[in-house]
Amino acid sequence: MMRSIRASSERKMIHSLFLINCSGDIFLEKHWKSVVSQSVCDYFFEAQEKAADVENVPPVISTPHHYLISIYREKIFFVSVIQTEVPPLFVIEFLHRVADTFQDYFGECSETAIKDNVVIVYELLEEMLDNGFPLATESNILKELIKPPTILRSVVNSITGSSNMGDTLPTGQLSNIPWRRAVVKYTNNEAYFDVIEEIDAIIDKSGSTVFAEIQGVIDSCIKLAGMPDLSLSFMNPRLLDDVSFHPCIRFKRWESERVLSFIPPDGNFRLISYRVSSQNLVAIPVYVKHTISFKENLSSGRFDVTIGPKQNMGKTVEGVIATVHMPKAVLNMNLTASQGSYTFDPVTKVLTWDVGKINPQKLPNLKGIVNLQSGAPKPEENPSVNIQFKIQQLAISGLKVNRLDMYGEKYKPFKGVKYITKAGKFQVRT
Amino acid sequence: MTDSKYFTTTKKGEIFELKAELNSDKKEKKKEAVKKVIASMTVGKDVSALFPDVVNCMQTDNLELKKLVYLYLMNYAKSQPDMAIMAVNTFVKDCEDPNPLIRALAVRTMGCIRVDKITEYLCEPLRKCLKDEDPYVRKTAAVCVAKLHDINAQLVEDQGFLDTLKDLISDSNPMVVANAVAALSEIAESHPSSNLLDLNPQSINKLLTALNECTEWGQIFILDCLANYMPKDDREAQSICERVTPRLSHANSAVVLSAVKVLMKFMEMLSKDLDYYGTLLKKLAPPLVTLLSAEPELQYVALRNINLIVQKRPEILKHEMKVFFVKYNDPIYVKLEKLDIMIRLASQANIAQVLAELKEYATEVDVDFVRKAVRAIGRCAIKVEQSAERCVSTLLDLIQTKVNYVVQEAIVVIKDIFRKYPNKYESVIATLCENLDSLDEPEARAAMIWIVGEYAERIDNADELLESFLEGFHDESTQVQLQLLTAIVKLFLKKPTETQELVQQVLSLATQDSDNPDLRDRGYIYWRLLSTDPVAAKEVVLAEKPLISEETDLIEPTLLDELICYIGTLASVYHKPPSAFVEGSRGVVHKSLPPRSGSSESAESPDATPSGAQTSEQPAVIPTQGDLLGDLLNLDLGPPVSSPPITTSSVQMGAVDLLGGGLDSLLRSDVGGSPAMGSASFTAPNAVMPASLGAPISSGLGDLFELAGGVGTLSGSYVAPKTIWLPAMKAKGLEISGTFSRQVGSISMDLLLTNKALQVMSDFAIQFNRNSFGLAPAAPLHVHAPLAPNQTVELSLPLNTVGSVMKMDPLNNLQVAVKNNIDVFYFSTLYPLHILFVEDGKMERQMFLATWKDIPNENEAQFQIKDCPLNADAVSSKLQGSNIFTIAKRNVEGQDMLYQSLKLTNGIWVLAELRIQPGNPNFTLSLKCRAPEVSQYVFQAYETILKN
Repeated sequence: MMRSIRASSERKMIHSLFLINCSGDIFLEKHWKSVVSQSVCDYFFEAQEKAADVENVPPVISTPHHYLISIYREKIFFVSVIQTEVPPLFVIEFLHRVADTFQDYFGECSETAIKDNVVIVYELLEEMLDNGFPLATESNILKELIKPPTILRSVVNSITGSSNMGDTLPTGQLSNIPWRRAVVKYTNNEAYFDVIEEIDAIIDKSGSTVFAEIQGVIDSCIKLAGMPDLSLSFMNPRLLDDVSFHPCIRFKRWESERVLSFIPPDGNFRLISYRVSSQNLVAIPVYVKHTISFKENLSSGRFDVTIGPKQNMGKTVEGVIATVHMPKAVLNMNLTASQGSYTFDPVTKVLTWDVGKINPQKLPNLKGIVNLQSGAPKPEENPSVNIQFKIQQLAISGLKVNRLDMYGEKYKPFKGVKYITKAGKFQVRT
Repeated sequence: MTDSKYFTTTKKGEIFELKAELNSDKKEKKKEAVKKVIASMTVGKDVSALFPDVVNCMQTDNLELKKLVYLYLMNYAKSQPDMAIMAVNTFVKDCEDPNPLIRALAVRTMGCIRVDKITEYLCEPLRKCLKDEDPYVRKTAAVCVAKLHDINAQLVEDQGFLDTLKDLISDSNPMVVANAVAALSEIAESHPSSNLLDLNPQSINKLLTALNECTEWGQIFILDCLANYMPKDDREAQSICERVTPRLSHANSAVVLSAVKVLMKFMEMLSKDLDYYGTLLKKLAPPLVTLLSAEPELQYVALRNINLIVQKRPEILKHEMKVFFVKYNDPIYVKLEKLDIMIRLASQANIAQVLAELKEYATEVDVDFVRKAVRAIGRCAIKVEQSAERCVSTLLDLIQTKVNYVVQEAIVVIKDIFRKYPNKYESVIATLCENLDSLDEPEARAAMIWIVGEYAERIDNADELLESFLEGFHDESTQVQLQLLTAIVKLFLKKPTETQELVQQVLSLATQDSDNPDLRDRGYIYWRLLSTDPVAAKEVVLAEKPLISEETDLIEPTLLDELICYIGTLASVYHKPPSAFVEGSRGVVHKSLPPRSGSSESAESPDATPSGAQTSEQPAVIPTQGDLLGDLLNLDLGPPVSSPPITTSSVQMGAVDLLGGGLDSLLRSDVGGSPAMGSASFTAPNAVMPASLGAPISSGLGDLFELAGGVGTLSGSYVAPKTIWLPAMKAKGLEISGTFSRQVGSISMDLLLTNKALQVMSDFAIQFNRNSFGLAPAAPLHVHAPLAPNQTVELSLPLNTVGSVMKMDPLNNLQVAVKNNIDVFYFSTLYPLHILFVEDGKMERQMFLATWKDIPNENEAQFQIKDCPLNADAVSSKLQGSNIFTIAKRNVEGQDMLYQSLKLTNGIWVLAELRIQPGNPNFTLSLKCRAPEVSQYVFQAYETILKN
């Protein structure tokens, strides 16, 4: 009778979770085991203070009795308390999954949304983790166990007194396909695939590529009735040699035939993500001509940036935005944009130039004077130019879907593939 | 309406109000009240006072309300076990509910209530749920077995739940499989003795099949479980690798990293000539690189692991340098890690690119990062000789920027470059000297002073430069002072004529005006040297220095091998073995990489394998002490009473290295990771059942403390006389005294049990806690008849050393639990180490010499054995009786030198040199051992044996 508290019982993965906003308020806590005092978060706050910038808080912090593993998402810190040796990636992946689920349920993963739905949040957390083991993390299944809030439903609920909790078990749990509900019905059967590629690149001063790779994903929206079995094939599957798959994909089929064969989850999901890194395969769609210089003793400098199209396969480069973190000594900037508009935030020293579309006939240019703090030494660092852009109807790697076949169901689905290329972390050093 | 309304509180006592609402007749009001309670819970308010009222709401057919109540219960079940038990009937009833959701909820919540009593109610429902037709219930029940095992392991075994759990691995539903594996691995991990996941080719095959079926989380558990398996040959290793590689393409990064761990570990067994080996190497690179495109937190963990992988197998990522290039908006913790890996991957082939990058980084904004980048340039120069010149010129460019901290870092690393390539880059000294004034950090100042002293003959105004530092001598930090003293002495030896005054000044500053003993001593030594023999001084002070090593920051190889086994865990993030930092980690089994099969490989290992050391015995490695008492016989005794734990990491790492790695290389046999090792440990059949125990915690602990003090000294001869281990007043009338003995290879614990109580004692049983050398009873404690009042019985309990191992402090501490019909009693005692000295501890002469040389000098420990009147031969024969073997005896300058060896049961060799001066009763004992921690105890054994 005496010994209900035991040292050995503490060895579970995630002991507790604290959600903390940017001003350092703990606005939600959940304990899967015994209650851990909020004071454990002091170590986190300490680290946060040291890091100065929210993004720089180290994700693993050790304290005398616990480990704190955290992620930073949507201005919220998800801080988990760990007491024993666990795989940190496991915890981090799980925390991201929690954030994804909130996003999925409430449309946004914000403090307000979470506070407005505490009871659902609690139900979700309890359903997602039991005794340190993830129970159900698939959105399809969670949604059957716990219905997401909708305005309509809460009105109906308050009138009829019915609940937002599923009173039956999710059907997916019964099958070997935990990601799919058993009974799915649609009148319009549709399958859409978005091939989205992001270019990560570092371009050096002289314009040559230091590093470039393509991070691609195929996001799917599949609304097909019944149990469709799909096969997606590519014109040039050999491009895909570094791929991560959704669990639904049959790996063997891919290994032997280079065909993606799967029974899809219902709704939106990421089918695969892939990486194309061989540098000659990575086309760089824009170039940047730049002069950013500071004069000693004059407290001023010159800024002149032009952006032009490069290897863009004849498509229009649009949605172009350039951001530059100017050195601390910069007071303000007097610039003229040939196109689009620019803003300079004197506090964060961030220059943002919203360019829009690039017209190859008349290249967008931004130039003018940089004013420095008087007396400050000439800044040593050269700011990098961060470029964002979009190219519709193009997968820059050249990846092309060949065909989509469906087995197992009789109807004829509507199929669509969309391609888009974007800048990922695209940096030009000056 | 949103849930935020539940946060509004009224002025009146909130709890009071909630209580009223909870007891309302209206269902709707009740539900709202429970929601309010839960809302309070989410912000950390203590609403446990409402427990009875909330539990009252549980008997309802409203599912939502029921679920809410369960939410509440799960939060507080653990802290309010006695109240939770009130709800037990409802739980049992709910376990029969037609709705599987409710069945699952009930069994799940019951498992959270950590009271022994609940287990009697839990067993039947749990058994049903484990066989439930609904997979959701089955998977919940699987987890519940782990929970129950935590409360009462014996019960779980007796009830056959473990077998049911094993069956669930082949369940048709992947979620059930995942949870069954998770539960099993948790149980196996917390009770390595449970012989649960006895991994054999069949069960491995089952797991590999389940790997394809189960959820991503289950895959992680399975992979981690696989990583503990030791394939019997390279073929099996390869076939497992082949089935694991598809996991590298999983979207979940934790799955990927766990797969990498399995592959990295099993690869060790594959011959490098194998085609498959090359294929595997190629397959490992892409997934590792892909991890770097994930969220920054994931990147950080991935990078820490890649750092290990790159050190172990640089070939995997040698062509992927570019993915480690730093983006300016990477978080700082990612930047620093990337930089580290860049240097590890730097080679002649890519050094130009690397340097260009580093130079770029050196102009960034973040000071820490810039500093590290500058240092990195220096490390490149030292690592890749061909690049040294380019590195130096890059550093000079950076010095020209005049950015203060850049200049200082540059000077510090240039000093290292000078040490690596002497007399090569002295042309830059002039530039360095220009920056003398801007140096305000001790490390940079010390480096600069070193340079000036070292090259004093080429710097015309070296005396002036050094003199300028001398002005504020007493305000300088110690390292600068020491450096200045040495530099000026060097200068004097090189240019004696002009600098006499200067050297006198610094010597007097160091010796007369300083409180720092290091500085004073160094000053006196120089002074004495200079005044007695300037030629000798020159030889000493200006001696050629050894070149600095290429990479000073590499993880020591045995530790690296261990860490490779912990890829993906916290250990891999901290680059320390888990035993070094996880609180309460119970005797973590030390893991090691499997030996490579095929003889071609073993030849390349430099650590000579002592032929005599090949033993069939499992060398027990000593993991660091974790949770001492919590672990004792799986009983709960509350928080660990660890005696001063070794906390500093350096000590820890050293210890592990020596005990673990040293042994590995010494014995070359498989040490850890094999659960089979733990399987033999808890042999005492009349296992004490935790459920039946009731000793109050406090007194139990008190006993331990007092006893530990009382028995602290070793007594007696070969077999010490019995001492009282457990006084009657501490053990409800049971008095235990005892001693240890070793006879022809078997160890026993000789006990005297005396019943000083008024009632008859019976049902004796004994168990040991894990200990440093795996001592465990080899047979149950047989007390043939009940022990009547005032009766004494003498027993000899045979011991073996195949029990679970956990490092104790002191090393020879043994914690014992004795049970009888009255209660369970705990005591601890220290056993003399010589009971562990094995009969075949005599080393070959040649081997002795080689081993003595091979063990680093730091491992040598010296002791004085005082007042021992014996001569060398008598000593030798006396020691031989206790398995300390004299290998050679020599007479050096009138002293007798005995060279001796002994071997411990776990395969640790100890070499000794005993110096005996005829007529002098004080001996000098020098001990050398790869595990120097044992030396002190070996010395105690010497003393004990010799003095009795």
